[in-house]
Amino acid sequence: MSDDGELDLNSLNDEELVQQVHDDLYDGLKEEVETAVHILLGRGWAPYKVLTEALVEGMRIVGVDFRDGILFVPEVLLAANSMKAGMNILRPLLIATGAPRQGKMVIGTVKGDIHDIGKNLVGMMMEGAGFEVIDLGINNPVEKYLEAMEQHKPDILGMSALLTTTMPYMKVVIDTMKEKGMRDDYVVLVGGAPLNEEFAKAIGADAYCRDAAVAVETAKSFMARKHNQLASN
Amino acid sequence: MTAVDLAPAEEFEFKPGQGKVLLLACGALAREIVDLIERNRWSGFDLQCLPAKWHNTPERIVPALREKIAAARGRYDAIFVLYGDCGTGGLLDAMLEAEGIQRLEGPHCYAFFSGNAAFAAHADEDITAFFLTDYLARHFDKLIWEGLGLDRHPELLADYFGNYTKIVFLAQTRDPDLATRAEAAARRLGLAYEYRFTGYGELERDLTAQAV
Ligand code: B12
Repeated sequence: MSDDGELDLNSLNDEELVQQVHDDLYDGLKEEVETAVHILLGRGWAPYKVLTEALVEGMRIVGVDFRDGILFVPEVLLAANSMKAGMNILRPLLIATGAPRQGKMVIGTVKGDIHDIGKNLVGMMMEGAGFEVIDLGINNPVEKYLEAMEQHKPDILGMSALLTTTMPYMKVVIDTMKEKGMRDDYVVLVGGAPLNEEFAKAIGADAYCRDAAVAVETAKSFMARKHNQLASN
Repeated sequence: MTAVDLAPAEEFEFKPGQGKVLLLACGALAREIVDLIERNRWSGFDLQCLPAKWHNTPERIVPALREKIAAARGRYDAIFVLYGDCGTGGLLDAMLEAEGIQRLEGPHCYAFFSGNAAFAAHADEDITAFFLTDYLARHFDKLIWEGLGLDRHPELLADYFGNYTKIVFLAQTRDPDLATRAEAAARRLGLAYEYRFTGYGELERDLTAQAV
C-alpha cells in the first residue's frame, strides 16, 4: 500500500504533488504527507519552501473549512497530526539551513483548564510561520508564565482558555505583568472558543485571535510594528 | 414545599403546553426537569428544549434561544432559561440581560449539579477529571465517543484524553445501570473511575425558586 502510494506520488510533477499534499493533509493521511515531504526535499526543494507551500498552505485550507463548519474537531486533529509528522522531518533541516526567524512566542493554556487542541494548533502554525515556540502545556499558573518570560525572553505571550471559568485567569496574568512593570515588554495574544474581541480588550490583551491563521497574521504584524519602531528610534 | 406521600393513583404527569411559566432548556436537562416537575407536582411550567448536541457547537445556542424567546413573548407570564454559560463566553448572559430574562446559576451542568461553590472548591484536585452526568453516561457512545470521532479514529484517544486521569461520574439519580455504563466508559478511555452522587443540586434549587 505504501509502495503504491510512493509510486503514485513520485509520478506527480511538483505542482501536482503540492496539491496532493494539501489533499492528504485535509484527509489526515500522515504517511502520505511524510512521503511527499521526502520527495519534495529529494527534488531539491528548500525545507522552508516545503513547509510554507505544502504544509502551512494545506493546513490553512483545513483551518478555513473548520471555521466554516465543513470540518470538525476530529478532522482537524488528524490533519494537525499529519502536519506535525511533516514538520518533524523538516525541523532539523530548517535549523540547519537557517530559515527566516520571525520572533519568539511563549504559549500555554491557563490555570484550571486542560483543553489544548487549539493551543497546540496555534503553536504549530506559529512555528510553521517561522516563530520559535515555547509551549508551556496546560493548567499554567501565573508563576509559570512569568518564569518562562524571564527565561526565554519571548516577543509574544499567548494564552489559551476554553472554559468560561478559566478565561478570567488571563487577566490575573496580565495584571501581574503590569504590577511587575513588564506588561509593555510583550505582545499578549489570547484565544479560545468562548473569548471575543471585547473580552480581550477588557482584560488588557493586545489582541484576540479567532483562529490559528489570524494568530499568525496578528503576530507578524506586531513583529513588523516592533521592527519599525526599533528602526525609527 | 411540603412533602407529599404519593399514592400511585395520585401520580402527577407533566403535560407540555399548559403552564404559564416557560422553561427554555438544554435537551440534556429535559429528563431531570420533567422528573422534578412531576415529583413536586408543579403545574405552572411549560417546557421547550433545544438540541443537547449543541454542546459541541455552543455558538449555535444564543441565536436559537433568542428566536425561542421572541416566539414565546406575550404567550407566557414569565420565561426562565435552563442553560449554563456552556461556552458562550458570556454572550448568553448578555443576551438574557437585554431580554430581561433569568437563567439558572452556573457555568455548566457539572458545576450546578455539584453545587457551584462545591465544584469550584474541588477544582484543584479535579483538574485532570472528565465529568459524566446521568445524561452523558446514558449517551456516552453517541455524544462523546462518536461525537469526538473516536469510533472512526480511535488513534485520537491520546490527543483528546492524554491529559486526563479519571472519570468522575456525577450521578443525579441512584441508578446502578448508569453507574455501570459510566464505569465502562472510564475503562474505554483508559481512565480511573470515581462515583459521586449529586442529586439535582442547584438545578432543583433554582427551579424551585421559579415555581408558582
Ligand atoms: C474537544 C473538547 C474537549 C476535549 C478536549 C481535548 C483536549 N485535549 O483539549 C475533552 C472532551 C477532553 C473536553 C473536556 C472538557 N470540556 Co470541553 N470541549 C471541547 C470542544 C467540543 C471543542 C474544543 C476544541 O478543541 N476545539 C477545536 C480547536 C481547534 O478550536 P479552539 O480550541 O477554539 O482553538 C482555536 C481558536 O480558539 C484559537 N485559539 C485557541 N487558543 C488560542 C491561544 C492563542 C494564544 C491564540 C492566539 C489563539 C487561540 O485558535 C485555535 C485554532 O484555530 C468545546 C466546544 C467548542 N466547540 O468550543 C468543549 C467545551 C470547551 N468543553 C467544555 C467543558 C465543560 C469541558 C469539561 C469540563 C467537560 C467534562 N465533562 O468534564 C472538560 C474540561 C476539563 C478541564 N479542566 O479543562 C465546555 C465549556 C463550557 C463553559 N461554560 O465554559 C465546552 C464549551 C462545551 C460545552 N458547550 O459545554 N473538551
